[in-house]
Amino acid sequence: MSALTRGRALLTGRYRGHVLFASVALLLLAIAPAALDPFRLGLLAKYLCFAIAALGIGLAWGQGGMMTLGQGVFFGLGGYSMGMYLKLNDAGAEGLPDFMVWSGVEELPALWEPFRSPFFALAMVVVLPVAVASVLGLLVFRQRVRGAYFAILSQALAAAFVIWLVGQQGLTGGTNGLTNFYDVFGMDPEDESAQRAFYFTVVAVLGALYLLARQLVRSRFGRLLVAIRDGEDRVRFLGYNPATVKTVTFAVSAAMAGIAGALYVPVVGIISPALLGVVPSIELLVAVAIGGRFSLAGAVLGGVLMNWAHTSLSENWPEGWTYLQGGLFILVIMLAPKGIAGLARQAGDLLARRRSAGAPAAPPAPVKEEVAV
Amino acid sequence: MSGHPEGRAEQGGGLLEIRDLMVVFDGFKAIDGVDLTVGEGELRFLIGPNGAGKTTLIDVITGLTRPTSGTVTFAGASLAGRKEHQIVRLGIGRTFQTSVVFEELSVLENLDLAASFRRPLPSLLRRRRGVAAEVAAALETIGLQDLADRPAGILSHGQRQWLEIGMLIAQGPRLLLLDEPVAGMSKDERERTGELLTEIARDHTVIVIEHDMEFLRRYASTVTVLHEGSVLVEGDVAAVQADPRVQEVYLGRKKEEAA
Amino acid sequence: MLDQLPVGLSIAGALLLIALGLTFTFGQMGVINMAHGEFIMAGAYTAYLLQDLAAGQAVLLALPVAFGVAGLMGLVLERLAIRRFYGRPLDTLLLTWGVSLVLQQLARDLFGAPNVNVTAPGWLDGRLELAGMTIPYTRLFIMALAVACVAAIWGYMNRSRQGRRMRAVMQNRELAACSGVVTERVDQLTFFIGSGLAGVAGVALTLIGPIGPTLGTNYIVDAFLVVVAGGLGRLRGAVLAALALGLLNSFVEFWTDASFAKVVVFAAIVAFLQFRPQGMFVLRSRALT
Repeated sequence: MSALTRGRALLTGRYRGHVLFASVALLLLAIAPAALDPFRLGLLAKYLCFAIAALGIGLAWGQGGMMTLGQGVFFGLGGYSMGMYLKLNDAGAEGLPDFMVWSGVEELPALWEPFRSPFFALAMVVVLPVAVASVLGLLVFRQRVRGAYFAILSQALAAAFVIWLVGQQGLTGGTNGLTNFYDVFGMDPEDESAQRAFYFTVVAVLGALYLLARQLVRSRFGRLLVAIRDGEDRVRFLGYNPATVKTVTFAVSAAMAGIAGALYVPVVGIISPALLGVVPSIELLVAVAIGGRFSLAGAVLGGVLMNWAHTSLSENWPEGWTYLQGGLFILVIMLAPKGIAGLARQAGDLLARRRSAGAPAAPPAPVKEEVAV
Repeated sequence: MSGHPEGRAEQGGGLLEIRDLMVVFDGFKAIDGVDLTVGEGELRFLIGPNGAGKTTLIDVITGLTRPTSGTVTFAGASLAGRKEHQIVRLGIGRTFQTSVVFEELSVLENLDLAASFRRPLPSLLRRRRGVAAEVAAALETIGLQDLADRPAGILSHGQRQWLEIGMLIAQGPRLLLLDEPVAGMSKDERERTGELLTEIARDHTVIVIEHDMEFLRRYASTVTVLHEGSVLVEGDVAAVQADPRVQEVYLGRKKEEAA
Repeated sequence: MLDQLPVGLSIAGALLLIALGLTFTFGQMGVINMAHGEFIMAGAYTAYLLQDLAAGQAVLLALPVAFGVAGLMGLVLERLAIRRFYGRPLDTLLLTWGVSLVLQQLARDLFGAPNVNVTAPGWLDGRLELAGMTIPYTRLFIMALAVACVAAIWGYMNRSRQGRRMRAVMQNRELAACSGVVTERVDQLTFFIGSGLAGVAGVALTLIGPIGPTLGTNYIVDAFLVVVAGGLGRLRGAVLAALALGLLNSFVEFWTDASFAKVVVFAAIVAFLQFRPQGMFVLRSRALT
């Protein structure tokens, strides 16, 4: 066997996933930190935060068929939990966060008090998104509200959440959100070494959550999730309650969005309603569609790529970016509904078939969709 | 099959008892006062012209449709107000007229899911290792061993029906409800399904809805004829076929349909 | 507090005009059209462009023109893209969101990003004092407009041959097709009318406040909630749900503050779905989906 065929075997065979994971880990842990200047590394950390949220969407939507247009809410709950702690930490034992002073608030609202504890705040990063997603999920899935109805409801939740955040100036910092953090767990966030530490934390969390999601997808639970996506009503007659399975999955995806939001705060230095509303939530979902919703790796890739494109293009060429983004969605949905990951898989299968000519590959399964009505 | 701890059905009654069942859809009486008793171990055929209420009856038993009035009792327990998955957990399984299998999952995974619903949720989070005994048995019964690892989406119509029956067996139910299992099948496939049915009926209680008269003659023992939402006749195949009322409503109508 | 009644009713009227198109395209074709919001915007900018014409009657001129402009936009969108995605609501949602982005940017390039004002004609300046309420004529005009449009749609659906075809397709597409209904025609017409009504709503909204490229985004989420609460493709449901939503919103805004209103409305809808998971009125079907 020549080196070339052996290499090809690694890329197409059953170890394809391991090879891919190892290469990406190498790229993110060794090559990127060495090759990128601190500013670019910070940007990459930001994209990876979105990738964590995208991973959650890949799980809920790609595997479970729940098109959630409200992930911004969970990203926000995580981000604000973290931000509130950091704000209180900066303000000191007696002080108030700066924006409260500016908007004439004299006493710390009771809602803020427990966030003085870093442990409470870190717990809330996961607990709040999970709680909101579980309550909504149970109420909605139990009544068999799904598909487009669920998408609409989750979008309405995002809209309501942001309007509430903006309206509660004294409590939430309003439109400006929470920003200006000076001390993040003993580090100065402006510091280069702190930025590096944030970056490595994000990469480690992404890696861990990816492995967790992969384990979930490959377990019986994951098979059940796919079965529910493709035939929820049939699954009931196998003795399972789809509402439970969907609620658990939705809660896990919400937790991922919450963690992403919490990491975003020290990396970027702000959490504000502009990041959380209807538009950012759907942008995140579309990033997953472009990366490939049926593949966890595709979801992660989409999250990174679209946010990279957003950041690098929208600053210099905002009009062009919007046209490009809109056009890209239209093209992907019409021409490549399985996204980049789907195209890559097709290419890989083609390669494998050419290698072992004769063995027929399974025809690509058609994209199916849970019909709402 | 995986054991059912429950004993024989209680004295005097059947495993499944339906009393005074009424189902009304927007003023239309789909089922109009049906009484039906099916004993443990029985193989019961349910026939009747289109619109007689056969599928509606199965829908009521399995919780898909709520009855307007009347009772359905299974092994002494009322099924009123129970959800579909809870009824499955009591031990009633069904197939559908148009078979629904999970196309992206392999044949084996389809069977494995059907066999796993009694596992607690946390244990579902582990990956499947090996093949459980009841899954292997179901796979052998339906004869799809060679296709075990292929996605169910590639199966032919007949193979899908068998997979559905296999999933039903893997569930380990006490009562199986088959809704037109041979519809759209070739002659060979019908034969194979008949054998499968005979084999399953040996250690299960089975209710079969069927239109195919030849299939009925070959494999049925007791037959219940439904007509316009109520039970017309009940008895063994020969007696039912000879009954003039049945010939009038069912066989007469059958000819029109064929035309 | 009584003054909130006309506010709520006029918002309900605008929501209803927007939701009608959505509920019919969703119910009949299984399409979720996020670009519907941009048809509202197109209607509003039509009124903006026409405001100096027709000496004080500009609004009356703008209504039919906006109906035509938005309707044609809908028709073009349906022909070019959406018709390939019938029955796949989630895909159409993403697709039309892309379209919506492009249309918003187009509006920004054509009319500028800042909001603009449309001057209401003089005869809508006054207000009516009635039973202790002060009702601005503009609000009254929007309510009347909504009532007139609903009456017209009702007449169309129940009295005209085309409308009966539309209802037939909505209830059972295959059966309608077998009975000789050219479903493609019906779909196009539904899309045209639904989009046109959004344009009319856009004109109405110019009477309430300034308009801008993102006008549609502010209303589309609420309009979809009307569809969910009212039941797919149901005229009665849409009317009741729009009324409930509009009134609830404006009264909660009055009692607490605006930032709570949406949260309360959202909670109310989730609570409502506990009793009626498929909305107020449902088209029944026996199929196992």
